[in-house]
Amino acid sequence: MATHDETATAALSADEQALLDRFMHDNRLFYGPDPEIMRDHHIAPRSAEEVKVLGEALDPHRMHLVRGRVQSALDESFTMVEQMGAAPGAKWGDLITCVFTASGDLSQIASTGIVVFGAVCHYPIRFIRKYWMDDPSVGVREGDGFIHNDSRYGNIHNTDQSLIMPLYWEGRLLCWIASTIHEGENGAIEPGGMPAVAESRYDEGLKMCPFKIVENFRIRRDILNFLQNSVRDPKLQSEDMKVKLHAVLRLRERIRAVLEEFGPDYLVATLRKNLEDTEAEVRRRIAELPDGTVRLNTFIDGTLREHFLHKMAIAIHVKGDKMTFDLRGSGPELTNRSINSTVASLKTCLLTSLYQYVWPDLPHNMAMMSPIDVVTDRNSLHDCSNDVPTSMSLIPLFRSFTLLSAPMSKLAYSLPHRYTAMSANHYNQPATFVYGGLTQHNEVTGNFCADINGNGGGARENADGEHALSPVFGFMADTGEMEIAEEELPYVRLVAQELARDRMGFGKYRGGMGYEQMTTVKESSFWGFMTGQCGAKHPSAYGLFGGYASPAYPLAKIKGINIFEVLKDDPDLFKFSMVELMNEQAIPGGKYIVHDAGMAFEPCAEGEVYMICQGAGGGYGDVLQRDPALVLKDVEENLLSPALARDIFKVQFDAEALIVDAQATRAARDAERAARKRRGRPYLDFVAEWVTREPPADLPYFGCWDDPQLIYASPPGGTRVRMQAGRLQGVWMSNPKDRRIAELEAELASCRGAATTP
Amino acid sequence: MKVAITEYLEIDLERELWQCRECGHDLGPARGNYKEGLLVYDRDPREIHRPLLDPAKYAYTFSPDPRWCALLEYYCPGCGTMVETEYTVPGHPPVRDFELDIDALKAQWAARGEPDGQPQVPQPRARAHHHPHHGGKRR
Repeated sequence: MATHDETATAALSADEQALLDRFMHDNRLFYGPDPEIMRDHHIAPRSAEEVKVLGEALDPHRMHLVRGRVQSALDESFTMVEQMGAAPGAKWGDLITCVFTASGDLSQIASTGIVVFGAVCHYPIRFIRKYWMDDPSVGVREGDGFIHNDSRYGNIHNTDQSLIMPLYWEGRLLCWIASTIHEGENGAIEPGGMPAVAESRYDEGLKMCPFKIVENFRIRRDILNFLQNSVRDPKLQSEDMKVKLHAVLRLRERIRAVLEEFGPDYLVATLRKNLEDTEAEVRRRIAELPDGTVRLNTFIDGTLREHFLHKMAIAIHVKGDKMTFDLRGSGPELTNRSINSTVASLKTCLLTSLYQYVWPDLPHNMAMMSPIDVVTDRNSLHDCSNDVPTSMSLIPLFRSFTLLSAPMSKLAYSLPHRYTAMSANHYNQPATFVYGGLTQHNEVTGNFCADINGNGGGARENADGEHALSPVFGFMADTGEMEIAEEELPYVRLVAQELARDRMGFGKYRGGMGYEQMTTVKESSFWGFMTGQCGAKHPSAYGLFGGYASPAYPLAKIKGINIFEVLKDDPDLFKFSMVELMNEQAIPGGKYIVHDAGMAFEPCAEGEVYMICQGAGGGYGDVLQRDPALVLKDVEENLLSPALARDIFKVQFDAEALIVDAQATRAARDAERAARKRRGRPYLDFVAEWVTREPPADLPYFGCWDDPQLIYASPPGGTRVRMQAGRLQGVWMSNPKDRRIAELEAELASCRGAATTP
Repeated sequence: MKVAITEYLEIDLERELWQCRECGHDLGPARGNYKEGLLVYDRDPREIHRPLLDPAKYAYTFSPDPRWCALLEYYCPGCGTMVETEYTVPGHPPVRDFELDIDALKAQWAARGEPDGQPQVPQPRARAHHHPHHGGKRR
């Protein structure tokens, strides 16, 4: 007897199957994220039109002119968004304008734009092409514009909003143009658009799958009104949508001028050649690397709700012109924590990692990743399902921006030439204040501070890292003008950006440093802050080739005071240093608190002080090889304390004159090298004694240990479970407050028991 | 022929050996794990990343937590150079960071010829000042 399945299969003729397929196509209940689109990061095959135009004898010089004209148009429209945008992200460069081929491949971006914003946008364009283009109720026409923000359809996180427009010429769809801004506020459970406390996707605020918002070049007011009604800052929502639309329209105007001058074939051919030439060059560069495998383990130490220890590892395999990024062995997704990421987002961050730290000289388009395969475990933290929250996906994604720099340096060091310097990790945490509340202008708002853009640069093989250089995801975004922010918002920077002494990645070359930020609130009836920085127990930015990592960064605050009254009555009590303020505790009546720098939104009363520290890049090389003159320069500039100059770098000097004693320094360094040889143990002896069979029982460890096929998940307060790598399931985490209540209840019961024991 | 693989490691292709670039000490077979030729020290990370906030007052001090973070320092047994650092979890097997195809490497370098010193790192182009100062000359 045939089974049900066999009967069903056997019963369908080709016509019937076609009918069934058609019925299923026409009667889809819901167009969710399409795995066929979302799991594919490769450039599309040449379209028939691309085959035709690339087969013609086009003049490469004219193509170069077209490329230049498109680039100028992108840079002009980028400047428009930056000059007019309302979001802090827009003002300080956290945005993009870009051009895609008709198939939806990202071909060119504005010179100083954020490549990842463009790269993620190819997913929604493919969605629009697949689902809306032929849908009679939607369609795609000249003058239409689409918006999206949901990372499940292609985005980094839901704070970023796009404006995507098709560009037609004589009835032919020639390309797509778009702009994206990190907008911030999106109506989520916490203000500012990046809610760490989101426990489900329904806590994340607006979830815009790609839909039409512009018709006949005008924003649909009814839909705009709906979006404004869904967020805390309706003014921002409206203003930046108009800004993006008009920048995209300017871009359209410029590209149409190119079409009039050069004709459509040149544009189509140029956009495609951008991709194919980049892909070919990447294959050539892979082929020149040594064959083999390099590996790196990294560890994320928090969910922003509690500490956990999540392994995020990478193995890079090279053979000939093939390269694979293997990120298997990571821990499972968290069903009620916000730090999950889709694999589509992850891949665009790996693309950025290549552009930022490996091959910065290549054109910025999505073809860089096209020849590279990415392998992950489904339902892992960085390849999550569509059912879990992703609003703080920045935690694994910021890590992924730096994931390639060390292993790719290990692959590329042997090459007879350099495309850029080998470098230790750029600091890789979103270290800034996210805020929300009522401004001094009586407006409700929520967003983040541009200080996120001041991550310290990693040390390089030939130079120190640059201080407070740029965000880990882009090289040109700025940290913003504090005075402009203070005009609009009720927070006051007591210390805006003071380089944080001794907080550096030590090495032969040291990492660039971060800065302290000390903030408070004035003239608001309700204001509050949240932060999303991990790495308070386990450093996040590692060194390279013997260099040390960044320090571990906490958050400090003084509650229950009004610093403005202190400054008025006894200003000497205030110190422009987080360390002095917290260690001396000189301001009376204050409650001095230090915790990890992942803080859920909490109210800040006028004059209470919140302090965080932007992070440092990792160090490069052995500290004993650092030029003593550079060590003393750091001492002189108050970046390094004399004690650490002596203890870490073993430099001997006159403390007052700051003159190196070269002979004593040589002796101290020789003595340290000898001490290393005495205290170091042979590797195999060390491993035999030190390595354990499993993760420590008291650590909330997630990920594989020695066997990548066996994944541990140890939720705090829960039971450790073991899973097979290919069969991960999401892990539910208990509420940290419930765990704390349980601890206190146990303590209370114990005290009561002790009290009643005779 | 010797090919530099990191700041402190090279591979002698003829002898198929990892070596220290600082002192030439042999560190073991190039097809194996170079770490086996090094010395390891389990450094308390608080000795390097010193507490800046008072540990008597606060649980978080800018130092890593040694329960959550181990810092392995790898030294050359010949000269004591710190070849690598590895931030990991206490008890976690150290990563085998290199597994190179030595035959392919030999073929690659046979085609390239002897390495010609340390390659030049491209420097960002210095931009000329593009706006005139008041009363000054345009450079």
